[in-house]
Amino acid sequence: MEYLENKFFLIALTFVAFLASKLLQRRTGIALLNPILFAIIILIVVLSCSGVDYETYAEGGSYIEFWLKPAVVALGVPLYRQMESIRKQMLPLLLAELAGCVVGIVSVVLVAELLGATKEVVVSLAPKAVTTPIAMEISAAVGGIPSLTAAVVVCTGIFGGMAGFRMVKMSHIKSPIAGGLSIGTASHAVGTSAAMERGERYGAFSSLGLTLNGLLTALLAPALLSMMGYEF
Amino acid sequence: MILQCAVLFAFLAVGELVVYLTGIPIPSSIIGMLLLAAALKMRLVRLMWVDKVADFLVKNLGFFFVPAGVGLMRCLDLVSEQWLPIVGASVISTFLIIAVTGWVHQAVRRTFAHHDQPHRRMSND
Repeated sequence: MEYLENKFFLIALTFVAFLASKLLQRRTGIALLNPILFAIIILIVVLSCSGVDYETYAEGGSYIEFWLKPAVVALGVPLYRQMESIRKQMLPLLLAELAGCVVGIVSVVLVAELLGATKEVVVSLAPKAVTTPIAMEISAAVGGIPSLTAAVVVCTGIFGGMAGFRMVKMSHIKSPIAGGLSIGTASHAVGTSAAMERGERYGAFSSLGLTLNGLLTALLAPALLSMMGYEF
Repeated sequence: MILQCAVLFAFLAVGELVVYLTGIPIPSSIIGMLLLAAALKMRLVRLMWVDKVADFLVKNLGFFFVPAGVGLMRCLDLVSEQWLPIVGASVISTFLIIAVTGWVHQAVRRTFAHHDQPHRRMSND
């Protein structure tokens, strides 16, 4: 069945898997059936069963992944629309980001160590809160496994998008600015797309969160890891 | 639509150029995003030139992550061996990031509202 390796077929399959997952979520009304997560599961099952490996899938998938970069550039538009309120509170935003970034890296490393992860898995998890290109670069730089990092980043994003607002509520975070910022900081662009559905104010601060945390993590992760005794 | 794509990709291309020239370890897309927001603010670019394609892409952002997620296939062995630390650490850390980021933001804002501008407290919420 060489046809299964046709890249246009694989692209069509990705669209159909996502669309089917979206319909399923809408029909059943179960928020837990996240379309991104479900599409990934459908695709992994279909590919494994038909013996198509990831490298072959990626030949089609890369055309979809290609749009990730322009889509991140597009986040400049909601960012612009909220520029006034961002300018008014530069200091709270920066301090919150700094705290979130450090707590995120340190906590994921400590908990993973405690639960018995191997060294290369621990360092692969360190940049898991930031968007894939940044996270993969950091992972490679500190001796992690970039493909594991990418998968964990996507799953973290899905988790943040699904449970993020419940966590915001549980933490008694009241303002939409703080809530959006937190979600973007913890779960990058995937969380941001969930925040965008709540309203553009949430979405814009979520994109600010993903940007600032991406920059800070790129700057701080290697230093924090070496302070915690990791050499690379 | 061609104009919209031209503007968007022009900013991505400038982002790529900045990375190419300086070698900074920041993705070109993040640089493009910041430059686009700045250009809109400085009225070098008008919102109507780029808003349609931008809104479309932002609305469907999650979809573009699907292929990267399918990459999980490549490390299924590693994940099945160490699923507990991977899932446990990611979940706990995500919760902590959300709580701490939100708390610090609210606390700092409250402090400033008290000292500098008590009459404008909560005005942005």
